[in-house]
Amino acid sequence: MSATDVETYEPLPDTGGPAQPLLMVRNLRKYFPVRGGILGRTQAMVQAVDGVSFEVKKGETLGIVGESGCGKSTTAKLLIGLTPKDEGEIIFDGIDLGEGLSLKQLRKGVQMVFQDSYATLNPRMTIEASVAFGARVQGLDDPEGRARRLMERVGLDPNRFAHRYPHELSGGQRQRVNIARALAMSPRLVVLDEAVSALDKSVEAQVLNLLSDLRREFGLTYIFISHDLNVVRYISDRILVMYLGEVVEVAPVDSIWAEQAHPYTRSLFSAMPAMDPDHRTKEPPLSGDPPNPINPPSGCRFHTRCRFASEVCKTTPPRLAGLARNAQHLVACHLHDAASGHPKAGQEVAA
Amino acid sequence: MTLVETTAVEPAPAQKPQGYWAGVGARLVRDPLTMICAGVVLALILAAVFAPWLGLADPYKGSMIARLKPIGTTGHLLGTDEQGRDMFARLIYGGRLTLFIGLMPVVLAFFIGSALGIVAGFVGGLTNTIIMRTVDVFFAFPSVLLAIAISGALGAGIVNSLVSLTIVFIPPITRVAEAVTSGVRALDYIDAARATGASALTVIRVHVIGNVLSPIFVYATSLTSVCMILAAGLSFLGIGVRPPEPEWGLMLNTLRSAIYINPWLSALPGMMIFVTSLCLNLLSDGLRSAMNVRD
Repeated sequence: MSATDVETYEPLPDTGGPAQPLLMVRNLRKYFPVRGGILGRTQAMVQAVDGVSFEVKKGETLGIVGESGCGKSTTAKLLIGLTPKDEGEIIFDGIDLGEGLSLKQLRKGVQMVFQDSYATLNPRMTIEASVAFGARVQGLDDPEGRARRLMERVGLDPNRFAHRYPHELSGGQRQRVNIARALAMSPRLVVLDEAVSALDKSVEAQVLNLLSDLRREFGLTYIFISHDLNVVRYISDRILVMYLGEVVEVAPVDSIWAEQAHPYTRSLFSAMPAMDPDHRTKEPPLSGDPPNPINPPSGCRFHTRCRFASEVCKTTPPRLAGLARNAQHLVACHLHDAASGHPKAGQEVAA
Repeated sequence: MTLVETTAVEPAPAQKPQGYWAGVGARLVRDPLTMICAGVVLALILAAVFAPWLGLADPYKGSMIARLKPIGTTGHLLGTDEQGRDMFARLIYGGRLTLFIGLMPVVLAFFIGSALGIVAGFVGGLTNTIIMRTVDVFFAFPSVLLAIAISGALGAGIVNSLVSLTIVFIPPITRVAEAVTSGVRALDYIDAARATGASALTVIRVHVIGNVLSPIFVYATSLTSVCMILAAGLSFLGIGVRPPEPEWGLMLNTLRSAIYINPWLSALPGMMIFVTSLCLNLLSDGLRSAMNVRD
């Protein structure tokens, strides 16, 4: 688009230089209490996110995948402080949240696009008012003008759409509004929580292309959460796989597409519908439901469903570490740790 | 969406389209039933306020020989009551107290109850527990009994009736407000608003109030008729408005004994209460649909 758009886009200044990851997350933990009984005492804890650590480099897109209930969305909400974290550090461009950075400042730097495009818009507010709200709260100049320029940029003619209400728009148009709303705050990092999952395929492709364009234009960094591996592959530079509140594998997209090091990742990839009818998935890749996060399995949380599980997996939780031949490809599995004591450790295990 | 709107040649709107409240007004004007009801309520209120200047008969002056005259008697358009006082004048003058006592406690309770309920529903946790359990204590008493108890403790008088009726109506409004607010609180657009870094107060003001007020408002208007009846009950027991003050509920009670002699006359104050509360209810329904942007 024109230069004016970029001029009005004023993100927080870069502090750490290009080598500093935009976001570092260390040992993030969130347990939700399950209350019950007459006095409402805590009966148990749902271990939604347990010791998640990762980093997002400036300008990259990190895809987060995993099955339902693995803690993807909780992680997203922890990142922008919608859910208070129990433990762990969130470091935004080298500044620790809580010490050098207030939650309000963090929210200027990090914005989120939610899955349900309708529920995330106030039904009694016009589109323009919804988009301008954040900029107004953060005290930016001319919230309405900003809202109109961004609406134009995401492909909605402000003259036609500014004064409409959310129910008058289609799903794709609403998701464009949500993207404009997130960008109205001039964030540096945008968390896209299943942002395209509810759209039909053609609209999904348009929105994905829009996201790619916006990333280039505004120098954005994305965390892209989805259950659709093909979409994640299309948009991401690196992929992070979660299982039951833990990170099991993080790798560049080409590396993980070539080789899924963790048995869970392998099952996840084999669950993708094949494009070739001669190569249909005949066997269920993984049996059973994920274990209850209230009482997760000891050791490696995946051992109850893993074909390669041995004694060591039941007792010792594996550490996230780089593969011997590719240090960029991190995996938390005893199979890839020669010192773990797993009988098949270090061997190439066929899927 | 119509076809015309999807074409690229559609001209830009000449001026900024109307705001939310202007839209509500425009929808109200197009709704004849609501407009009629608004007119009736407005007429009743105006008549009550300007009663002394309408050239009516003295509502306190009775006549022993002209008691319980039927509707249509010369000089007494709507007849006379059991003490020979002009019914028309008493009904119009009666509107002053009745509407005041019927509407004021609900208006006060609407503001107090909504504020309590919205805070309880939005903040949740301990605040919610404290507010809602306190409110539950009041629910343990039937509303009539509670009104009588409070009025009895405070003593007779219009202000005391006002206070006691307000206290009676705060708990149900708080409960409705809390239920609606905690429903809205769970929606994603509240999360999205919080994610902008807005303070809780701003989120409530901009995003919560507009979405919870209309159900609370509709519920509150439905309480006005109950409130009028309760006020009448208090007057009947001698702890509210006292005779000879004209008040519809009180008139209904005193004319009760004349029901076999002149039933139409006895029904008049009841008719006034009925018409007023019906109009208020229909008005609140109309307002609810006018406040709904989706229609």
